[in-house]
Amino acid sequence: MTALIAQLAPVLGQVEIHNRTGPNAPCQAQNKAFCFDWAVDNFDRYTTPLLNHVLIVLVCVAIGFAAAFGMALISHGRRWLIPTFTGTTGVLYTIPSLAFIFLLLPITGLGTTTAIIVLSVYTLQIIYRNIVAGLANVPPESKDAGRGMGMTDRQLLWRVELPLALPEIIAGLRIATVSTVAIASLMVFANVNTLGEPLYQQISFKTNVVIAGGLMILMAIAFDALLLLAQRLLAPWRRPSMEALA
Amino acid sequence: MRSDSRKRAAFALIAALVLALGVAACGGDDDDNDTGTSGDNSANLIKENADNNGIQLTVGSKNFTEEYILGNIYAQALQAAGYDVKTNLNLGSEVIAYKAIQDGEISGYPEYTSTLLQSIFSKDTVPADAQEAYQQAQAELEPKGETAFSPTPFADANALGMLKTKADELGATTISDLQGKSQDLNLYGSPECRERADCLVGLEDTYGLQFKSFNPVDIGLRYTVLDKGQADASIVFTSDAQLGANPDKYVLLEDDKGIFPSGNVIWVTDQSTVDEAGPDYQGTIEKVQEGLTLPVMQELNARVDIDKEDPADVATQYLKETGYIQ
Amino acid sequence: MSHVIHLGFLGTFGDAFDFILHQQKARIGDNLVGGPDKSLSLVGEHLKVTFLSLGVAAAVALPVGIILGHVRRGETFAIALGNAGRAVPELALIAFVAAYIGVGLANVTFAFAILGIPPILTNTYVGMSQVDRNAVQAARGMGMTNLQSIFRVELPLAVPTIMAGVRTAGVNIIATVALASLAGLSTLGDYIINRNVYGDQGVVAGAILIALLALALDFGLAGLQWALTPRGLKLARAGASA
Repeated sequence: MTALIAQLAPVLGQVEIHNRTGPNAPCQAQNKAFCFDWAVDNFDRYTTPLLNHVLIVLVCVAIGFAAAFGMALISHGRRWLIPTFTGTTGVLYTIPSLAFIFLLLPITGLGTTTAIIVLSVYTLQIIYRNIVAGLANVPPESKDAGRGMGMTDRQLLWRVELPLALPEIIAGLRIATVSTVAIASLMVFANVNTLGEPLYQQISFKTNVVIAGGLMILMAIAFDALLLLAQRLLAPWRRPSMEALA
Repeated sequence: MRSDSRKRAAFALIAALVLALGVAACGGDDDDNDTGTSGDNSANLIKENADNNGIQLTVGSKNFTEEYILGNIYAQALQAAGYDVKTNLNLGSEVIAYKAIQDGEISGYPEYTSTLLQSIFSKDTVPADAQEAYQQAQAELEPKGETAFSPTPFADANALGMLKTKADELGATTISDLQGKSQDLNLYGSPECRERADCLVGLEDTYGLQFKSFNPVDIGLRYTVLDKGQADASIVFTSDAQLGANPDKYVLLEDDKGIFPSGNVIWVTDQSTVDEAGPDYQGTIEKVQEGLTLPVMQELNARVDIDKEDPADVATQYLKETGYIQ
Repeated sequence: MSHVIHLGFLGTFGDAFDFILHQQKARIGDNLVGGPDKSLSLVGEHLKVTFLSLGVAAAVALPVGIILGHVRRGETFAIALGNAGRAVPELALIAFVAAYIGVGLANVTFAFAILGIPPILTNTYVGMSQVDRNAVQAARGMGMTNLQSIFRVELPLAVPTIMAGVRTAGVNIIATVALASLAGLSTLGDYIINRNVYGDQGVVAGAILIALLALALDFGLAGLQWALTPRGLKLARAGASA
């Protein structure tokens, strides 16, 4: 008899069964539309994914910008290159990012490298297109004036064309950043811990969806506002509809 | 006979004790987690062994609730025993987790005997008996330089779940009872269920059931679709939180033809780690899992899936409530 | 042996094409997966959901964009919607619909249509409102009514911009339809999300098919754009870029 009790002893009344049914069950157990208390108690679960998300957006927009800028410099004097560059980046841009992640699977596997490649290629296309368009929209009179002042091609580019193209370039940065914030959520499929991870882990938990999704949208708005501020400071004359087109 | 009646008396006494404590627990305050402070628990306490300091172990797990809880329980228990523990708790499916052992990324992870035999070692059938399945698993692991520790008390298996009202309406208690009726039923399961023998394929081939539709949904929605009335039947798991929390709402149809193999959890690791880590490695893991019966596992799952608590916190609660750690 | 390692990744790509073209055993069990029939049916399902969602999005966004653009009101709204649409993460949208509304074709189509409306509406507005005012005045001068002006003059001139928006919407939607596998539909996302069953080759096969489909859709819509663009506009553009 004592042997029997000893066997049952580790289980007897030790792990308490909580009450989860009925109206007194906690908000999240009933999966109500939004559980504020749970959100406050558990917000620390989102801080690491949030930071990773911000970081990866900044890194990839920076890489994409650097690459796009380099490509634009190369293709600036060589107009024939532009369709090739635009076409190639365009194709890569059209490939859905989810598919892109797994196309890279045999080459770079899953992880941060893959995520950075995918996101950078995305921003690359948008920014490159905008830099080229910006440079193309520089008024010929300004270029003539520059040449008249004796500028070389290089000086013309850096002192006249790029500054005049700046508003369009920043517009491209805005679009790229906002898009990247959204796409970075998909990097959960590449095993990277951005805000997509807590979202995907508990995809049917309403409060979780609101928090994770809400943080992403707020981040996009914040970045957009900052860049918009920069754009307005540098080019107050721009009409809003000019930068609307994707 | 005299000994029989004594045994019966013993059982009755124990039953009464369990009932009394059960009633006390159910009626208790939600916030009161501090039960069982009697001397019973001190025997369970994991003692730190200085020999284990400096030995590093990496605990892995697959990527769903039950695995997260188990991974955290084992990790915290090994930490209490004095090991230097790191965790890698979101590995993915069994293929990735198993490979992580072979690549040396983790020391080990909790795996189900059924999954190990069927998915990794491609066996067609899995023994129903827990010990037999464990022996078979060991036999497969040993030539690869790996091994597994004893199985947990609880087992988890796929199951066909329905709302009780629906099951009563159809008069079904076993899956075979659905023959002739399944063509009017909408079945919901995980996306990979469609191609698995321990899921839709088994239901179609072994039971001869043809469903009106099969709809893939993320496993997080497996009870939501039943609740919303979209699913007539849904593929669930026997250790699910919702089953323990709502014993009268959901019913699992009996798997009379045995297509859903049952799997106890065994800790899979490589032999070299076992040799280096000393006896407390296996000892701690096998000790701390003794409390993991099916109702306990359901309760822990419930704390994560329903109460939305953090798996690491729930693991700590389990270890403290059972007395394995202070 | 080095050439084996370099070409190693080609191996998985080769396996992926093999997966599409030949049925083979699943990673678990004896079930046959992959192969042309299964893959084609998933492609069909994928396209069906895409066109359904794109259709709904266009049906909602085009009229609103046309009217607003024609009267040149609501610019802030149209632009802001476009920006906001870019910020919505697809995964969150699907999760939101699945959690709050439900799963299944109707709900999912609704969610995807939401994704497609912003680019179409914004571009339609911009296209319509930026039509050369001289052309509109000429139409007025000829006695055309509002409707006639829209359909005979403004819309044709706005086609390039509008179709650019439709293309963006289409590509966005076709990418998101892959996630529909989480919400009750069987699309090419099945191959990607179920690495367990379909293996690495299945995952890459799914990725290849989705990528090809997206490119084909973009190409097809570009062709539609070309077909709908009035001849005069095509000539004018050719002249401008020379």
